[in-house]
Amino acid sequence: MSNFNRRDFLKISGGLAVGATVVGCATNLGGAAKARVVVVGGGVGGATAAKYLRMMDPAIHVTLIEPNKHYHTCFMSNEVLSGDRSIKDIEFGYAGLAGHGVNIVHDTVTGIDAEKRMVKTADGDSFMYDRCIVSPGISFTWGAIEGYDAKVAEKIPHAWKAGPQTVTLRKQLEAMRNGGTVVIAAPTNPFRCPPGPYERASLIAKYLKTHKPKSKIIILDPKDKFAKKGLFTQGWKRLYGYGTDNSLIEWVGGAAGGKVESVEANNMVINSQVESIKADVMNVIPPQKAGKIAFSAGLVNKKGWCPVDVATFESHIHKGVHVLGDASIATKMPKSGYSANIQAKACASAIVAMLNEKEPGVPSYQNTCYSIVGENYGISVGMIYKYSKAKNLVTPIKGSGGVTPKDASMETLKREAHYAHGWFDNITHDIFG
Amino acid sequence: MVSKKTILTPLLAAGALLASSSVFAAGPTAETLAGTCSACHGYQGNSVGIMPSIAGSTAEYFTDTMKAFKSGERKATVMGRVAKGYSDEDIGKMAGYFSQQKPVGMKQSFDRTDAALGKKLHDEYCEKCHEDGGRNNEEGPVLSGQSKLYLTYSMEDFKMSHREGPKKMSKKVKSMVEKHGKGGVDAVLNYYASQQ
Repeated sequence: MSNFNRRDFLKISGGLAVGATVVGCATNLGGAAKARVVVVGGGVGGATAAKYLRMMDPAIHVTLIEPNKHYHTCFMSNEVLSGDRSIKDIEFGYAGLAGHGVNIVHDTVTGIDAEKRMVKTADGDSFMYDRCIVSPGISFTWGAIEGYDAKVAEKIPHAWKAGPQTVTLRKQLEAMRNGGTVVIAAPTNPFRCPPGPYERASLIAKYLKTHKPKSKIIILDPKDKFAKKGLFTQGWKRLYGYGTDNSLIEWVGGAAGGKVESVEANNMVINSQVESIKADVMNVIPPQKAGKIAFSAGLVNKKGWCPVDVATFESHIHKGVHVLGDASIATKMPKSGYSANIQAKACASAIVAMLNEKEPGVPSYQNTCYSIVGENYGISVGMIYKYSKAKNLVTPIKGSGGVTPKDASMETLKREAHYAHGWFDNITHDIFG
Repeated sequence: MVSKKTILTPLLAAGALLASSSVFAAGPTAETLAGTCSACHGYQGNSVGIMPSIAGSTAEYFTDTMKAFKSGERKATVMGRVAKGYSDEDIGKMAGYFSQQKPVGMKQSFDRTDAALGKKLHDEYCEKCHEDGGRNNEEGPVLSGQSKLYLTYSMEDFKMSHREGPKKMSKKVKSMVEKHGKGGVDAVLNYYASQQ
């Protein structure tokens, strides 16, 4: 099936008397559909869910609503910053999903009426559903850092959603003088991709080491520890002189006053609790919460994240609506692309069971996060999880998982870097292929 | 304005359905377990990256491999950590699933001249066990269409005793290297990579 969108449908059906307000009428879209699922958001979670729903039960009509024509993966976007990849290498379209029979609609969802089982869009359309999947990603808590808001972020990028801001940040690094200072402001927990800021520092250092070796990266961090800290600092010592006077990377943790309080965009000054730094390039990653649509659909708790049943990912607030990926509370899974991919499969499987009047099966979850520290230098953390029904938790399986051993050989670290790239190839194919 | 009639009665009986425990007693299905592998090993076990494809592994080979990762007998980057998260029953289910998947050769670059030499060397040294140009899985993994880099790593692992291989294999490889040098191994791997 080709990319059969709503307008094509209206064209073919002669505009229909009902006008443009009612769409997604499954029976008119070629063959009788068993049920309709509307997926909101075409990132990792949404795209995986849409594809797997179609693979698991082709009788289900699936519509994916996503405003952008392309998705840029956050994973491996740090390699765009180092110049190892172009933005095109992390860009994916929706033709693969259309090939699986997913109806792709490029529009912005403005609201979800859980009572009427209807999704509304900015174009004024409404989509009826039997089940709705929302995979909204993250949004930012503006105002947490004085002087830093969405407008300032155009100039001082967060680049925490890959895309134009990733390109901006790369250009700024390219334009920077040798001897410049790059400041990365890491966010508070919880946030998308826990090892991400530290991989970013590593890959910017990789670039600077070759091209601008007199430069320096300062990570200002409100936290005292971070994901794979021991492995990152070991790698920084080996590759970037970490801990010496000439280190390319300096990390200032919470106890040392690393919390950022304000940004002076015009002067390019960033103020932490204890010092003011004049920066050449700034990358401020603000605190995070669930994506915007999760708020307008009323799917969030007081902390701004979405409580769900972790077996089916059905919202605890609105029945019939499932929330996946970074926006969902799937403790103890980290907010990662791998997690979103796995959660989408668990959710799709549960929805297929429900729509076929069967009992949803038992989920199985995994997460593996690779980080590139430098040339031929990769590290990883992984975990296998099981569903803990009594506590509604995704529970790590004892004895499994863990991080790359500290005494891993250089050969192992090289392979981890190569496998990180292999993982990128396979997961993106699993999602969008 | 929404005037469309509801086509289906929404299925809201999830709570009642979940109350039954029969499904939970049986654990995750083979498909569910296999779904946790595909982010690294490719959709339905056919890799498009450097991880090995696991589609078309015999159940026996898959099970033995996972157990060797689990015990640490076979050294690995992440698979030792991953395998420990799956019970023997889980592994059995995954083994069954992947043995049913059709292997698809990976699209990758290779050297044509090397691949032609590799075919001759394969026929002489490897074909007896890895029949049909490495497509046959009866005596071990499917070799044809696997990632060349992964196969290179595997050969290094056999050499370093990080992975146990049959004695006859080390003998054959040794005699091939004596006669054709290290380039012989690379030629054979190019031949497997050429099968796409």
